[in-house]
Amino acid sequence: MASSAAAFAVLRGGKSEARAGCRVGITRKNFGRVMMALAVDVSRFEGVPMAPPDPILGVSEAFKADKNDLKLNLGVGAYRTEELQPYVLNVVKKAETLMLEKGENKEYLPIEGLAAFNKATAELLFGADNPVLKQGRVATLQSLSGTGSLRLAAAFIQRYFPEAKVLISSPTWGNHKNIFNDARVPWSEYRYYDPKTVGLDFEGMIADIQAAPDGSFVLLHGCAHNPTGIDPTPEQWEKIADVIQEKKHMPFFDVAYQGFASGSLDEDASSVRLFVERGLEVFVAQSYSKNLGLYAERIGAINVVCSTPEVANRVKSQLKRLARPMYSNPPIHGARIVANVVGDPTMFGEWKQEMEEMAGRIKNVRQKLYDSLSAKDKSGKDWSFILRQIGMFSYTGLNKTQSDNMTDKWHIYMTKDGRISLAGLSLAKCEYLADAIIDSFHNGLGTAK
Amino acid sequence: MAMSSSLAAIRRRAVAPSPLAARARAMASLFGHVEPAPKDPILGVTEAFLADPSPDKVNVGVGAYRDDNGKPVVLDCVREAERRIAGNLNMEYLPMGGSIKMIEESLKLAYGEDSEFIKDKRIAAVQALSGTGACRLFADFQRRFLPDSQIYIPTPTWSNHHNIWRDAQVPQRTFTYYHPESRGLDFAGLMDDIKNAPNGSFFLLHACAHNPTGVDPTEEQWREISYQFKVKNHFPFFDMAYQGFASGDPERDARAIRIFLEDGHQIGCAQSYAKNMGLYGQRAGCLSILCEDEMQAVAVKSQLQQIARPMYSNPPVHGSLVVSIILNDPELKSLWLKEVKGMADRIIGMRKALRENLESLGSHLSWDHITNQIGMFCYSGMTPEQVDRLTNEYHIYMTRNGRISMAGVTTGNVAYLANAIHEVTKTK
Repeated sequence: MASSAAAFAVLRGGKSEARAGCRVGITRKNFGRVMMALAVDVSRFEGVPMAPPDPILGVSEAFKADKNDLKLNLGVGAYRTEELQPYVLNVVKKAETLMLEKGENKEYLPIEGLAAFNKATAELLFGADNPVLKQGRVATLQSLSGTGSLRLAAAFIQRYFPEAKVLISSPTWGNHKNIFNDARVPWSEYRYYDPKTVGLDFEGMIADIQAAPDGSFVLLHGCAHNPTGIDPTPEQWEKIADVIQEKKHMPFFDVAYQGFASGSLDEDASSVRLFVERGLEVFVAQSYSKNLGLYAERIGAINVVCSTPEVANRVKSQLKRLARPMYSNPPIHGARIVANVVGDPTMFGEWKQEMEEMAGRIKNVRQKLYDSLSAKDKSGKDWSFILRQIGMFSYTGLNKTQSDNMTDKWHIYMTKDGRISLAGLSLAKCEYLADAIIDSFHNGLGTAK
Repeated sequence: MAMSSSLAAIRRRAVAPSPLAARARAMASLFGHVEPAPKDPILGVTEAFLADPSPDKVNVGVGAYRDDNGKPVVLDCVREAERRIAGNLNMEYLPMGGSIKMIEESLKLAYGEDSEFIKDKRIAAVQALSGTGACRLFADFQRRFLPDSQIYIPTPTWSNHHNIWRDAQVPQRTFTYYHPESRGLDFAGLMDDIKNAPNGSFFLLHACAHNPTGVDPTEEQWREISYQFKVKNHFPFFDMAYQGFASGDPERDARAIRIFLEDGHQIGCAQSYAKNMGLYGQRAGCLSILCEDEMQAVAVKSQLQQIARPMYSNPPVHGSLVVSIILNDPELKSLWLKEVKGMADRIIGMRKALRENLESLGSHLSWDHITNQIGMFCYSGMTPEQVDRLTNEYHIYMTRNGRISMAGVTTGNVAYLANAIHEVTKTK
């Protein structure tokens, strides 16, 4: 194995042989160690392979390259207006202008982030009157949006619960697996999506959570499940909480769409609040990427509800200790925007309004898409699952081949798991999309569902 | 606060005492075994300073620039850049590797405006979360692709360097750097350690304004270090957190890097805009790795992005916009150069003043090192006990290794500071 690697290196190095002149005679034990007869400028990174393209970002790139007028980008998980333009919330523009006028400095935040933001974000999530806040039982750290929050929690789990496993839904957001892999936290999947109903496989979910070793971490999407758009009902949430309690599992919520799912910030937090009310210790990762349109500012938080304030302090101190060698302290700009918006009653009211409008637009395109599908599809297929799903995404039930047909024939870009982002759909394009889905479903090659 | 009525009904039932809920509350915390973390040595100093009610208190602890009134500074070029940004641009995700423009400008600063490596696209570079993030990405990259490698870290160094490579699970060693007796560089010890390290070792080098000592090799010494690195095939990783801030001239502060590049090394480099652009809390920085060729650079960059993706997905946009607006606009860039020189000059002035004050107080000790050292920090040579006295008796806050952040010294407090230092260091 080593010698073939060396041979490969020599072969590959053909063109620079004249330059370096010393490639021959090099052996390589593994990627790292280069044994050589004399010191030469052979790159240490010879063995670094090209990483695979990101499954989601690759979609946008292909879309950009497409010259067809009818093209539609339903891959991106970013909100678009009816005119299919990115949207900066008015309340965010206001906040930024205000911040510019205030002319605050850019000093380092503490490791745990901006205090005003941490207070606002916890209140938004748990409810300002929640006893756990009053009792000081929540450790909250500003972190780098949803990803950063999940990663901090994962690193904490690896350090303090090294035997534990995280249970993640099948399917889930692709980056969840990367996060736990890189944090070296073992994971396994619980059943979630039922392709037969294009709905929730509730029994499978409960069975798998039940079967896992006691004390596992269960990753739950607080609302607007990504990628399926399928959420448990309130009754189902109660049963999920029951089994988690019985098994002494730790609930771990990913809340990336608070306000974006139903349009109501409080309603979208009800699953989290249900668990907290039972007195459980809970991890919750938050993101303001979608609901405040702050995508690139990377603003979110990791919250850990603990049994006592003393525990919360200890947990917070250890989360800080994990953050310090990752990025020292979190970026200030997005935190200030959130703190300003949530802290000012007028702006907060305006935000809730804009939030409802964004969620409302998505609900409208859902309805129109369903109406178009029902009207156009003569096969009698039941498309109502689209109306039952919630949030930015819809799992269409199309398989990979059918999804490819969407792209190749109809210039509609989506991820290969059949997920479409309704945030990238306009009312004007619903009929075209319906035609494409019907065609791909019935005529696209591959096993139809 | 509208909730669906069915959910509200369920919650009412849940609030009523249930065996499960009661049991849950009575449970011991699952976090019983989590100990409290020790306080961060540097940030803890500022906390203590803030808590002190004394009107005389002086903070020469944390490394953030202050003006002559002891106030934090937002550079004019930054304010102007922000004015152009506010409310205008949308906040769509940056590519995983960050802002292309910001990366381009950062590479020019580090490698040279006309660098052939930039032209040949041989540098794998990503926007990073300031210097910390850049170092951490590199450390994780080392762990993944060079699993047998280790990192040699100078003694002393910024304390977080140890945390970074430790959390990345890359083994650490140290190399000789600071010479306590002279408060300068232990060059002979340094060269010995370089020679004795196994061939192909990885070394962390502070490109300029060493933190915490302020002691930098001379140009001649850098050349010798570079030569020895070539002989040993060591890998130089530069942490450049103070470009422009040290001498006032960014080109001059990049001299060590340029020497290594001229000598044909393939380097890694962490850059930060925290100090030189005053963007501390914006977390703006860049990690670059010089590769063999364009193809390799593309591969390496793709892997750096893979490491970043499960850490934070993509880097924050605001700071990068500020950096690229400033560096892309000739007038703003020129203003920046002026302002960064202004900051460096003020520090150099305060070094001179502190030394002169100590000498005129009649101190028998040598304080040359105050003006010999460069950048934000001065390694005073004071003992932890002396530092404690400074804090307890004079309300002067600094880290217990005797490091003084010169940025916290002003014309208003330099005499007070000198007097206090003299008092605790004078021999009876």
